[in-house]
Amino acid sequence: MRNLFKIAIRNLIRYKRRTLLTASLITIGVVFVLVFVSISGSFKAMITGQITDSMMGHLQLHRKGYVASIDNLPLNLNMKQAAYQKIAQILRSNKHVETFSPRLKFGGMFSNFTETTNIRLNGIDPEAEFKTAPLFPSRIMEGKPTLARGEILIPALLAKGMKVKPGDPVVVVATNADGSVNGKQFIVSGILESATGPGGRDGYVHIEDAAEVLRMTETEVSEVAVRLKDFSQLAAVVRQLKGTVMEEVNKQGQPMFEVHSWEDLSPFFNIARMIDVMTFFIRIMLIAIVIISIMNVMIMAVYERIREIGTIAAIGTLPGKIRSMFIIEGFCMGVVGAIIGVLIGILIIGIVNLIGISFDFGQQKGLLLTAKLSFFDLLFVPVIVIVVAVAASLQPAIKASKMEPIEALRHV
Amino acid sequence: MALITAVNIYKDYQTEDVIVHALQGLDFEIDPASFVSFVGPSGSGKTTLLNLIGCLDKPSTGKLTVAGFDVAPLSRKESAAFRGKNLGFIFQDFNMIPVLTVYENIEYPLIMVQNIEPSERRERIVKMLDAVGMADQRNKYPQQISGGQKQRVAIARALVTNPVLVLADEPTANLDSQTAYTVIGLMKKMRDELGTTFIFSTHDTKIVGEAEVIYRLVDGELAGKEVKGGSAHA
Repeated sequence: MRNLFKIAIRNLIRYKRRTLLTASLITIGVVFVLVFVSISGSFKAMITGQITDSMMGHLQLHRKGYVASIDNLPLNLNMKQAAYQKIAQILRSNKHVETFSPRLKFGGMFSNFTETTNIRLNGIDPEAEFKTAPLFPSRIMEGKPTLARGEILIPALLAKGMKVKPGDPVVVVATNADGSVNGKQFIVSGILESATGPGGRDGYVHIEDAAEVLRMTETEVSEVAVRLKDFSQLAAVVRQLKGTVMEEVNKQGQPMFEVHSWEDLSPFFNIARMIDVMTFFIRIMLIAIVIISIMNVMIMAVYERIREIGTIAAIGTLPGKIRSMFIIEGFCMGVVGAIIGVLIGILIIGIVNLIGISFDFGQQKGLLLTAKLSFFDLLFVPVIVIVVAVAASLQPAIKASKMEPIEALRHV
Repeated sequence: MALITAVNIYKDYQTEDVIVHALQGLDFEIDPASFVSFVGPSGSGKTTLLNLIGCLDKPSTGKLTVAGFDVAPLSRKESAAFRGKNLGFIFQDFNMIPVLTVYENIEYPLIMVQNIEPSERRERIVKMLDAVGMADQRNKYPQQISGGQKQRVAIARALVTNPVLVLADEPTANLDSQTAYTVIGLMKKMRDELGTTFIFSTHDTKIVGEAEVIYRLVDGELAGKEVKGGSAHA
């Protein structure tokens, strides 16, 4: 085997320029894929993290039918306290759940005493909410990163439009489930940076205040946001929870609750999927580059060395060894291109991180991109390149091994 | 017992429109350790016959036995294995592997064909390099040596596997007459030392005289056999 490698490498060196060109093409392809995968993957992970950790949680539970009407914030589809307790019990007993936060969502009128506008509000338990969405406090641009009874956090655009700042009194008026109207005065405790996605421009009050505004005798819950211990377990936990909550049925025997992952609820998931599709096609392009370049070189190599093939076949080299000789040439080119590509790719990613690329996403400004490469990609991309390089060498190698020595020796 | 026995050998080629009768009913025997030449003009069937003996091609009809094996029924893979074990080849164009040095060219069949142990390999190559007078050129590449030197290396490569038979198709065609004599002389010397049978084809009348048994081919037929020290017609 060592000798097959020796001959293959010397044959590659024999056509230096061609080998260099092909290996460079593979290298450029590998670099491009790694940098793209790294940056797009990091962008995706970062935005996903922003959405789940500052707002949505990893998954949410609602009363059946709530999500279909979520734009109306229907109070009649809230969970009663008993139903919420069932959910809380299920979540507490699930080993994958780190924490969860009940929310009471409602729409209302927001007044600064001179102007009035509409607002979507979330009644939250601050302690549970800050644990479930740990980046939530970082969205508070002005004011204090807490929320006490009688205080309200309002979105930046609303604060700007209504000329309201922390410490100002405001009034929230809401229609209750029975159709009556109630109002309550709040003190603005902070201004919230807008976030992309549903709920990104909502205001927040304490859940007890929300229940008070809505004149609820017992606090109801519109949704329960859940944070998992391990985000990578999301799909499995959603599946598991769906199975569990399906067992909770109403008097009509219909399921009482529904479970949605952030992917079902955030439009960013479609962008994430698009990034995945683009990554897939970029990989396909790399495979095409490797196939075409290696196959081209190997076909030329076989054609140029027909007499040599005839000679080694005549002196008794078995067809399998002749085949191996050419496959190893393709393999070596793939290995060299892939290794150099990985090294340059890592270097470029390091430079990208050193420079520090920042970008805006929706209302979120100056997000700093930290490009990362997973071990999987670092291994997968070169392995694919090498496998494809070997596959691309197969046809020319088989052709070489099937040559009749007598005809090959006659070749001019 | 004869090393090669040919009985009523025919070889036909089908070209686009016509059938070419390259060999027509050849019968001959070649003894071990003999130094044989097939001579004749271009198109007389010399190369075709050497290809048949070398298991690079199969006769259309007839029986050809080489080193005790009926070679016609051998498969492609079996033929390759048979060649690797029993035969050595010397080509008109030397056919060195350009990316290997002189030493490595000789080493090639020992590694790739016969899988010989490194120590024995080294011993055999050094012995061959000395025998063909190329020991001082061992690290040179084929493009760095002359045609005559290349043919010496080719002889060493053909003999290093200890074959029973070496086939040389026009081995001196690309050499000047002085070098041609040297090469044929070397082949003869190797035959004397190792007892290997040498068969070569040529149309060079001066070189022919160096052979001990001469078969004359005309239009695919055996036109005569000449043995040094006597003559016999086929």
